[in-house]
Amino acid sequence: MSHKALEKLRQRFSSSIVETHDFRGDDTAVIQREALVEVVSWLREVHDLELNMLTDMTAVDYLQQGHEPRFEVVYHLYSVARKHRLRLKVQLAEEDPVVDSLCEQFKIANWFEREIWDMYGIRFKGHPNLKRILLYEEFVGHPLRKDYPKERRQPLLRRPENEIAEVLARRGKARSLPTATE
Amino acid sequence: MGLEFATGRLADAVNWARKFSLFQYPFVTACCGMEYMALWGPRYDVARFGAEFPRFSPRQADMLMVVGTVTERQGPILKRIYEQITEPKWVISFGVCASSGGFYQNYATMPGIDHVIPVDVYIPGCPPRPEAVLDALIMLQEKIQTGQGWSQRQYQVEQERKRLDRQQTRNAR
Repeated sequence: MSHKALEKLRQRFSSSIVETHDFRGDDTAVIQREALVEVVSWLREVHDLELNMLTDMTAVDYLQQGHEPRFEVVYHLYSVARKHRLRLKVQLAEEDPVVDSLCEQFKIANWFEREIWDMYGIRFKGHPNLKRILLYEEFVGHPLRKDYPKERRQPLLRRPENEIAEVLARRGKARSLPTATE
Repeated sequence: MGLEFATGRLADAVNWARKFSLFQYPFVTACCGMEYMALWGPRYDVARFGAEFPRFSPRQADMLMVVGTVTERQGPILKRIYEQITEPKWVISFGVCASSGGFYQNYATMPGIDHVIPVDVYIPGCPPRPEAVLDALIMLQEKIQTGQGWSQRQYQVEQERKRLDRQQTRNAR
C-alpha cells in the first residue's frame, strides 16, 4: 500500500525528490524544500493516498556527523482512512535554516514548528506566531543544537548571594543558635 | 530572668502545637507524586504525625512540600508560592530532583530548589521511600520544636535586631 504512495510521488514530482528509501516498510522521501508545500498538499488531496494527518514533526542536527547539510526537518504523515504512512524529510543548510510553514495545511504544525524553532532555531516562513513554546523568552540560544554547551545554565531566578552563603556557613552545625547579623 | 523563663516556656508550647498541626501545600510536579500519595494512604498514614491535611492554597498552609523536578521556568512560580505561605513556614525538598536536580543535568532543570527558596529538610531517593519521608517529617518536627526552621530563625534574628535597636536608643537618651 505504502509503496504505492512512494511510487506515485516519484512519478508526480520526479524533479523535486532528492532520494527515496524504505526500511522494512517505512517509506521515506527526501524532498527539496521549495516543493514542500506543494507535495504535502498533493499527498493530502489525491484520492487514493489521502495522507490527511500530520502525526509528528521534528528536526535533526547532524553537526560533526559527516552529513551535509546540517539540519533535517522530518514530517510523519498518516492516512486515517487508508491506514498507511509516509515520512518526508527536508534538508536545510546551516547558514539558511528556513523552510515553508505547514500551518495552512495542518493546524497542529503551528505548535510543532514553534517547538522546532525553540529547540533548533529553524525558522518557518509564513508561520503566524513563531515564538518559543517550551522555554522562556529570556532564554538565549537553541538547546538541542549540538553546539549548545550542555552545562550552560540560564536561570530565571536565584536567591541573594548572602542567603546562600549563610546556608553554606550553617551546614554541619545546624543546632547552633541564631545570631544577630548586621 | 522570670520573664525570659516564662516566654521560653510559651515558645516551647507554641512550637509543640505547631509541629503537630502542619498544614501542607503539595507542589507536585513529577513521578515522586506517586510516592507522595502512598504517604497519605492507610499503610504509611502521615496523619499519625499531624501533617495529613493538604491545603490547595498556599495562604492556608505552613509547610511546602516540593515533590519532583523543578525546571528553571518554574522558578519564579515556586518563589511566589513560597512567599504566599504564612509565617512561620517550612520547606521539605522531596526526592533528589527537588534537592539537587537528580540525574537531570541540562539546560532546563534547576539544580536544586535551594537556589530559589530556603529548604529545611532534604529527602534523598528516586523516589524516596515513604519511611524516608516520615523520617524527614520527624526531623522537621524536631527542628520546629527547637526553633531551627529557616523562617523561625529569620524571625528570631529580626527580633534580636529590634531589641538591639531599642537598647541603642535607650543608651543614647
